[in-house]
Amino acid sequence: MSDTLTIADRELQSRLILGTGGFARLETLAEAIRVSETEMVTVALRRIDPQMRGSLVDVLSDCGVALLPNTAGCYTARDAVLTAQLAREAFETDWVKLEVIGDEHTLLPDAPELLLAAEQLVDQGFVVLPYTTDDPVLARRLEDVGCAAIMPLGSPIGSGMGIRNPYNLRLIREQTKLPVILDAGVGTASDAALAMELGCDAVLCATAISRAADPVAMAAAIAGGVRAGRLALRAGRIPTRTYAQASTPDEGRPEFVHPSDPASPIGSP
Amino acid sequence: MIVLNGEPLAGCDGATVADLVVRAGLDPVAARGVAVAVDAEVIPRGEWPTRTVAAGANVEVLTAMQGG
Repeated sequence: MSDTLTIADRELQSRLILGTGGFARLETLAEAIRVSETEMVTVALRRIDPQMRGSLVDVLSDCGVALLPNTAGCYTARDAVLTAQLAREAFETDWVKLEVIGDEHTLLPDAPELLLAAEQLVDQGFVVLPYTTDDPVLARRLEDVGCAAIMPLGSPIGSGMGIRNPYNLRLIREQTKLPVILDAGVGTASDAALAMELGCDAVLCATAISRAADPVAMAAAIAGGVRAGRLALRAGRIPTRTYAQASTPDEGRPEFVHPSDPASPIGSP
Repeated sequence: MIVLNGEPLAGCDGATVADLVVRAGLDPVAARGVAVAVDAEVIPRGEWPTRTVAAGANVEVLTAMQGG
């Protein structure tokens, strides 16, 4: 059964986007990519680290995944736009995961700066995927300026607190025609499944996988959660009810008479 | 004096961007996933061999790094 995700002009079979941050070894990252079957991974730009072993770009290229550069660490629209331009030069892609952070402790997005940067980058021909708060009104504004997807958080980056406000995610899903990608907050496979059941089109996940005790096993688990949640959404879940509804029919139920029971007088009910 | 990735760099005034990429520890021809900003302006890779950097410039040589 074909169930392709389309973002801008790109078709993806996998609905899991993997964040590359936090993997202790490139070999583990490559193996996590393989078992998760992801087709797109995030990548950052930083000053060269003399301790770094091996080339990240070579490893990702060997894995055959598309790169989604981020603007992590930017606190202003100006820096985020410049970082996106540098990423376009470095990675030869117009795609950008736009992050403009407003607070160093929660790493929550700065809404006005985010919107400003999104508008400028769209004007410059970028395919903009903004990391945003789970605010349905902001999501609408991001759609209005021409973003290619909405990437609301479930909870703060790396917190593993899952989806704190499923109601807002559902509102965002209802209101936008764009793909909705849950970005940040996933702690384990059930969080990813819940995101998909709420109607998200994909999940972006880094820390829950890369910092799990066994990152490769967790990559498989979270990819499974994404698939299960998507299947469940399409299958159409039952409505919730307050009281039980027997799943075995009452009709044809036997009425046992036990010899030890006191005999009922004839004619009694 | 040029500032390269936050460090003052003596004796490099007038160097090309390609020279500074080498100073940053990268091969300006072979290295993939590299970008350069001079005074917060992106320098396209094709201009690295010819574009010179004047004294007082702030140069950032950036490369692919793991990140969510």
